[in-house]
Amino acid sequence: MTLAPALVAELDELVTHYPEKRAALIPALHRIQEENAGWISPELMEACAGYFGLEPVEVWGVVSFYPMFRTTPPGKHLVNVCHNISCELRGARDVIDQVCRVTGASVHGTSADGRFTVETVECQGACANAPMMEIAGEYHEDLDAAKVERILGDLA
Amino acid sequence: MSAHPTYMLDRCEVADSHTLKVYRENGGYEALEKVLKTPLSPEDVIAVLKDSGLRGRGGAGFPTGLKWSFMPDVAKDDRPRYLAVNADESEPGTCKDRVLLREDPHGLIEGILIACYAMRAEAAYVYVRGEYRLPYERVAAAIDEARAAGLVGENVMGTDFSCQIWMHKGAGAYICGEETGLMESLEGKRGHPRPKPPFPAGYGLWGNPTTVNNVETIQNVPFIVSRGAEWFRSMGTEKSTGNFLCGISGHVERPGVYELPFGLSARSILEEVAGGVWKGRELKAFFPGGSSTGVLPAGSIDVAMDHDSVKGAGSMFGTGAMIFMDETTCVTRIAEVTLRFYEHESCGQCSQCREGTQWLHQIFRRIERGQGTMDDVDMLSTLASGMAPGKTICALSDAAAIPTHSVVKHFRDELEEHVRLGRCPLAGTSQPVGAGA
Ligand SMILES: Cc1cc2nc3c(=O)[nH]c(=O)nc-3n(C[C@H](O)[C@H](O)[C@H](O)COP(=O)(O)O)c2cc1C
Ligand code: SF4
Ligand code: FES
Repeated sequence: MTLAPALVAELDELVTHYPEKRAALIPALHRIQEENAGWISPELMEACAGYFGLEPVEVWGVVSFYPMFRTTPPGKHLVNVCHNISCELRGARDVIDQVCRVTGASVHGTSADGRFTVETVECQGACANAPMMEIAGEYHEDLDAAKVERILGDLA
Repeated sequence: MSAHPTYMLDRCEVADSHTLKVYRENGGYEALEKVLKTPLSPEDVIAVLKDSGLRGRGGAGFPTGLKWSFMPDVAKDDRPRYLAVNADESEPGTCKDRVLLREDPHGLIEGILIACYAMRAEAAYVYVRGEYRLPYERVAAAIDEARAAGLVGENVMGTDFSCQIWMHKGAGAYICGEETGLMESLEGKRGHPRPKPPFPAGYGLWGNPTTVNNVETIQNVPFIVSRGAEWFRSMGTEKSTGNFLCGISGHVERPGVYELPFGLSARSILEEVAGGVWKGRELKAFFPGGSSTGVLPAGSIDVAMDHDSVKGAGSMFGTGAMIFMDETTCVTRIAEVTLRFYEHESCGQCSQCREGTQWLHQIFRRIERGQGTMDDVDMLSTLASGMAPGKTICALSDAAAIPTHSVVKHFRDELEEHVRLGRCPLAGTSQPVGAGA
């Protein structure tokens, strides 16, 4: 497997930002994951290693270190709920329960219909608007049960 | 709310504050012009910074001018040199840099340009945590605008000063906020902190001289250059000058990010700025500066919020992220959440940290569920003493040990009551949920 030509063109520009090519690895993995419905397969890691002139195991070492990279496919919507201190103090556990109830997924799991994957995540830097969850790069803040229900209901 | 002069957040309240047009209409890039057209020498800029007393806003409070002066002399060292801007903001409770990145990206760019000029750095990398999508897009768009306007790249403002600014996206690891972990990550590796020495000024990115600064630190630079060191020192305290962004979260009426001068009492911040403890309840405890700082009991609420005073009260100023907890809070549960976080984020290189965070998390968890013993309470202190200070490659181990010691010190009774009763004495706070714990 090789990377798509459009992506390769994009990476060719990206690597010029750094004195060493490898520095673009993490931004590149983000782009690879975005183009692949939210996860990075072993084949893609190999293709990425080929692009950077690295051993596949080196790419694996990086992918496995960073929580934002997934090595299994998520459901259609990945719901990340913060469970750190400020959110905990303002009801994160109720939000997690509510998210699980509405989506039918358990934490770290995917709903039977494949629509939702639910994860708990560490502090997202939105503590003054706790509790919060993040879906597809968008922050949903100051959550309560009704708001959670509405946000999840609005997802296609 | 106490009346005090503000500067950092003023512009952020203007509509379209993130655009070059609005930034310029509000005095933007005048500090850079002053530096390049006067011209001020790099040494002049560093002297003003030193004189201002500006201290880093990333958590350690290190004097910024002094840090910049550690970069090697160009006459003796012609390696390329870099600035890395730390926008990894992941310390629990901390939510201030996000506001600046989103609402005032040109303020950051102007600060970066002046910093690079002063340190003779050829390029800056802005390391933004991967989850900050909108803040990332705002800064990236602002760099494009600035580049098109001749403010970034070759021959800035038509002078012979050149400087590149590149965005770089992280991928969700707290340890990449630690400056050497950040550099490893920027080089495309796991975020494993490096042993120090060598320090970044001598051996940083790709082995070259590098300075790492927090977003808010850099954001202060243009203001200091424009308005002078004396103006800056007129705010705050003698040793903690200027204003800081105070992220307030937890059990208060009005959580938010506020710009405050150093030295206000925690009580006045709680009562006047944040509207007091929510629901008319009493205060039980607070973190003065993020989860890595020692938890203080309600009795310490009169501490002044500046580096020395908070240290005097047995904690740390940290990132200025105040987390308040009301009387119904199970501090043991909060300790469990805190240590779960550090266990999750430990990079695993040092056994004290890797094993210690795991043990501390398990013990707090056990005590909170009513399954702990009196020996467990003592074990917390013993373990934490084996982890810090200065026993590991980086300070994450300290960040886990410090709140642990403080909980044992100030909330020993609560821990012991859990053991005695065999359950959480604070009804309703300890129900384990789903698999979320
Ligand atoms: C575990 C750990 C995490 C850190 N996370 C951050 C962070 O997210 N943002 C930050 O600016 N500094 C963070 N720091 C502090 C940095 O190492 C460094 O001191 C700071 O970026 C220097 O900038 P300043 O001098 O402008 O404050 C962290 C430190 C440690 C030990
Ligand atoms: S102290 Fe912890 S996080 Fe820091 S280098 Fe050691 S194991 Fe890694
Ligand atoms: S604790 Fe949830 S966003 Fe910071």
